[in-house]
Amino acid sequence: MYAQLVKSEGMKSAAELSPQERAFQDRIDRGEKIEPKEWMPEGYRKTLIRQIGQHAHSEIVGQLPEGNWITRAPTLERKAILLAKVQDEAGHGLYLYCAAETLGVSRDQLLAKLHDGSMKYSSIFNYPTLNWADIGAVGWLVDGAAIMNQVQLQKTSYGPYSRAMIRICKEESFHQRQGYDIMMKMAQGTAEQKAMAQDALDRFWYPALMMFGPSDKDSVHSTQSMAWKIKINTNDELRQKFVDQTVPQAEYLGLKIPDPNLKWNEEKKGYDFSEPDWSEFFEVIAGNGPCNKERLGARVKAWEDGAWFRDGLLAHAEKAQARRAAARVAAE
Amino acid sequence: MASAGIAVDRAALFEFLTRMGDNTLILGHRVSEWCGHAPVLEEDIALANTALDLIGQTQLWLGLAGEVEGKGRNADALAFLRDAAAFRNCLLVERPNGDFGQTLTRQFLFDAWHHVMLTALTRSADPRIAEIAAKAVKEAAYHLERSSDLVIRLGDGTDESHKRMQRALDDIWSYVGELFIADDTDRAMVEAGIAPDPASLRLEWDAIVSEVLREATLKAPTSAYVHKGGRRGVHTEHLGYILADMQFLQRAYPGATW
Ligand SMILES: [Fe+2]
Ligand SMILES: [Fe+2]
Ligand SMILES: [Fe+2]
Repeated sequence: MYAQLVKSEGMKSAAELSPQERAFQDRIDRGEKIEPKEWMPEGYRKTLIRQIGQHAHSEIVGQLPEGNWITRAPTLERKAILLAKVQDEAGHGLYLYCAAETLGVSRDQLLAKLHDGSMKYSSIFNYPTLNWADIGAVGWLVDGAAIMNQVQLQKTSYGPYSRAMIRICKEESFHQRQGYDIMMKMAQGTAEQKAMAQDALDRFWYPALMMFGPSDKDSVHSTQSMAWKIKINTNDELRQKFVDQTVPQAEYLGLKIPDPNLKWNEEKKGYDFSEPDWSEFFEVIAGNGPCNKERLGARVKAWEDGAWFRDGLLAHAEKAQARRAAARVAAE
Repeated sequence: MASAGIAVDRAALFEFLTRMGDNTLILGHRVSEWCGHAPVLEEDIALANTALDLIGQTQLWLGLAGEVEGKGRNADALAFLRDAAAFRNCLLVERPNGDFGQTLTRQFLFDAWHHVMLTALTRSADPRIAEIAAKAVKEAAYHLERSSDLVIRLGDGTDESHKRMQRALDDIWSYVGELFIADDTDRAMVEAGIAPDPASLRLEWDAIVSEVLREATLKAPTSAYVHKGGRRGVHTEHLGYILADMQFLQRAYPGATW
């Protein structure tokens, strides 16, 4: 997902919990929200910072693959819709960095970790957008997968994160509909457009499935995160839901999901499907995806090229403050 | 005043409307190139928002231009299927982005003109133009407020930011004058009460710009040389590349709907 492979702290058994930790867990079990100034275990705080930070980084790196087509959007309306979407994603980044700040970590600290590679962003944004239908596929599949994850996170135990998710989800469903609308136009268009749509689905299908992360049935990290309600569903549950939702949508478009093993399973009332190539996933996470260098490079360059801008604003604010102070002294 | 379409030459009105719409289209394109690459997240958001406003205005101006022309071309046909020589934007808006200081300076000098121009157009004798201007002027006011504020802060920031802003101003200044030179099209618009004489906007533009530059501790360049040509279709080399990007899909797949 936008937060894949987030390491949680080790799970303690009920007997190992201190009275304070026990009381905290009880609050979570009762469905109470934890607010910034309240006591929380250090592991809870750290895990949340990793998860929210990774999610925020994904939103801002996510501007790049779609930004790649803004100047080439085929109509003024498509251009405007895409601009608005990319602007929304930057806004999501902003809310999430603000949510992380309530846990005592600054946006600049998190960005430093993104830039030096010690924090990750979603693997999906390391894939290229090669034709216009990719912009449709990203909205439909990538925002679609993001929603799958974020809808459940509206119920997460940490108040500011939960509220950010509620705000973000509304916009993400809008993005998904717009993406599907592009796919529809392409799938019903000329033979060349239809080929672009199929090509986009062929390339984005498995990377979209990877967004949920590898199976976490037996992961200790997931168990602790679920106990803390930082994570609500398992990766496999979400992936299944996503496939079940998406297959009929692809059929409606007249496009073929690139999986020979895809089949309705009446018994489980869901589709059977092929796992993505997890070795590819780990390569992408390790920095070897098709666009890792460009994506991170672009963000680092933007940050470094912008240093004089940020310094200039800071210097101006300090001068303005000094002038106000001097004026006050003179007035007295 | 006579109502539009009766007293004014259709071709001149079309020309005027494409000047308005091409300015916003090309500047919107340039600004959109920043998406995801701005110096801070707030600027990513603000630049996308500015580009979005400009593209929205383009739809209105070019949409009306197509109607006035009466040859069945809509805003998309005008944006995506004309070649460079048919574009009527000023040279200023096709200047490359450069560093953020150059982008901002271009924006500020344009915003100051745009705001003064749109304010005048809200009083146009052509109600369709007055209506578009009334909507666009609110956005332009916001753009101007933002760009002025940043010019002041960066001009009066560090030595480095000051130097970059002054250099940007020196580089771009000679592309502004074109906006204030009247030709036959403008004279026809003035006569019909549709648009102001471009030269009449200069005083107010000067007042806005000199006040901001003063606060920013920046010096207005003294060179009076003016680069011109965009408003009659003679552009810089940059426009061809902008259009190659912008028009790619429409050109490569003629007749497709998107
Ligand atoms: Fe988002
Ligand atoms: Fe997203
Ligand atoms: Fe989105």
